[in-house]
Amino acid sequence: MEAVFRKELADHLASKRFTILFILVLLAAIFATYVAIQNIRGVVTPTTEFVFLKVFTTSGGTLPSFLFFLSLFIPIMGIALGFDAINNERTSGNLSRLLSQPIYRDSVINGKFLAGLAVLSIIVVSVIAIVAGLGLRTVGVPPNSEEVLRLIFFAVISIIYGAFWMALAALFSVFFNRAATSMLASIALWIFFFFFMAMIAGAIANASTPIDQNSSLALITRHYEIQGMVGRISPCTLYGEATAALLTPELGSLNPALMAISALAAGRMLTPLPFSQSLLLVWPQVVSIIALAAICFAISYVGFMRQEIRST
Amino acid sequence: MGQVVVETKDLTKTYDGFTAVDKLNLRIEEGEIFGFLGPNGAGKTTTILMLLGLTEPSSGIVQVCGYNSTREPLKVKRLVGYLPEKVGFYEDLTVKQNLRYTAELNNLPREEAEKKIDNLLATVGLSKIADEEVSKLSRGMKQRLGMADIWVKEPKLAFLDEPTSGIDPEGVDDILNLVVRMAKKGITVIFCSHQLHQVQKICTRVGMLAKGHLVADGPIDRLGRQTIGGGRYRIEAEVAQLNPELIESVKRVKGVLEVQASDNSLLISCDKDLRGQIAKVIVDSGSLLVGMKVEEFSMERIYRKYSREV
Repeated sequence: MEAVFRKELADHLASKRFTILFILVLLAAIFATYVAIQNIRGVVTPTTEFVFLKVFTTSGGTLPSFLFFLSLFIPIMGIALGFDAINNERTSGNLSRLLSQPIYRDSVINGKFLAGLAVLSIIVVSVIAIVAGLGLRTVGVPPNSEEVLRLIFFAVISIIYGAFWMALAALFSVFFNRAATSMLASIALWIFFFFFMAMIAGAIANASTPIDQNSSLALITRHYEIQGMVGRISPCTLYGEATAALLTPELGSLNPALMAISALAAGRMLTPLPFSQSLLLVWPQVVSIIALAAICFAISYVGFMRQEIRST
Repeated sequence: MGQVVVETKDLTKTYDGFTAVDKLNLRIEEGEIFGFLGPNGAGKTTTILMLLGLTEPSSGIVQVCGYNSTREPLKVKRLVGYLPEKVGFYEDLTVKQNLRYTAELNNLPREEAEKKIDNLLATVGLSKIADEEVSKLSRGMKQRLGMADIWVKEPKLAFLDEPTSGIDPEGVDDILNLVVRMAKKGITVIFCSHQLHQVQKICTRVGMLAKGHLVADGPIDRLGRQTIGGGRYRIEAEVAQLNPELIESVKRVKGVLEVQASDNSLLISCDKDLRGQIAKVIVDSGSLLVGMKVEEFSMERIYRKYSREV
């Protein structure tokens, strides 16, 4: 398996795909940091405890934050690293040659997955480090230990989230014979989750518990609860909630209902949650993402192991 | 009698109701170049995949070098090299990098592998382009790289699935020479091909598969005799008048194995080209010799005969 891992990693790092992805993410990171630095004065008050984290989450009006960019690019990276994992080997005629070598069949898929994971980690960690470095230089406020811890967890969750999309793309690559098909399928699913799931959640909530200005607090709570529940079918929502809670400790809650209420009671003093509480808050989301990634990988693993090598 | 390298017992494979290989009993000994023939879809590749342990047989037993391919595929794969019909390499890696990867997958120590790769590239004539990307190689070169690729692991047995298809005549000669060299190094070769004269040129024994059955198995010489009856040559002599004495005197010619008479012609089976002697006997007997044709057995005839038999 080491041989497969090493070769795949070397392939990835030397590939044009990697260069393109890295440049794309890097540009987005620099742009987002610039936006954050331009707008950071507006969001930081004398009582703000976690100034450094604001570099990652501050958006400027219509210009998105680094967090948004990352949540957009991680699925793309994951898909790009996984969509042709198996079917490319098959169409290029390498698969039967590779499998006739004295290696276990699962080392092929394991090695590929681990190599993809390594590349994903390299990109995510280096981009976060670059943004942190830029932020440190321009904002001039060093991160405290809790902020560092939060950032590390943020990186870990981002990598796991990327692993989910990679596993999903690899799953399609096992079952679809053409790389183009598996890529389109993964992108279609991503678009559905990223763009449509929120709309669908809103529509369902509107249909089941319509609210207006005169609605009772209980009804409003219920409306947002339904919307949240439906939305969490999408891994994009899960990731969004998890990272938001980690990087904005002031949020206090992931529950859209409670957030809505606190928005109603505007002016409430937002006290940040301690790290352990934030972690507790995002734990279900993190576990769900891990589980989704594991399920996708397991299906592609079993599918690949059971697939017959045929003569055609 | 060499050591048995491949042995199958009632090997059967069914794909969704279709029987690709049907109760195949195959036995291949060490040092042979075994020509594996048969029309497309006869089950040759399926058999090879089962021998390699890449596909599980529906029933029956496969043994390669004493290991059961189904149960111990890894041990078999360590001893066997496989060149698939549509072989592919990593196009953006160089020739050398591709071979290095194969060596790594076989756990060869680095230095030893480097030395071996250099030697092999010289053997297959790719030394000059060792550091070129595979995407720049011609089909013939890729096929030679494929030969090097299975040679790297120094197998006891090599499966070559149509290694010469789509290659120019010179390239074909290169490949055939490599196959012979491989066999001389003690590697048993199973050579699948439709190019019958190539098979005839290099193979010591052939097996013919049709619709999943082994319809013929043996040295080419023997199969050829079976096909055209008795000898290596078949001579057809047309005479003006046929009489029993003439038949008797032709039979007495040294080297003639069998004589068949029909209408005005004689079908003579013999081991050498005896046209001269036979003509003399006919003329001496007073008959008029009208015409004479000689035919040597060929793989084509063998192939036609057996593929029609099923």
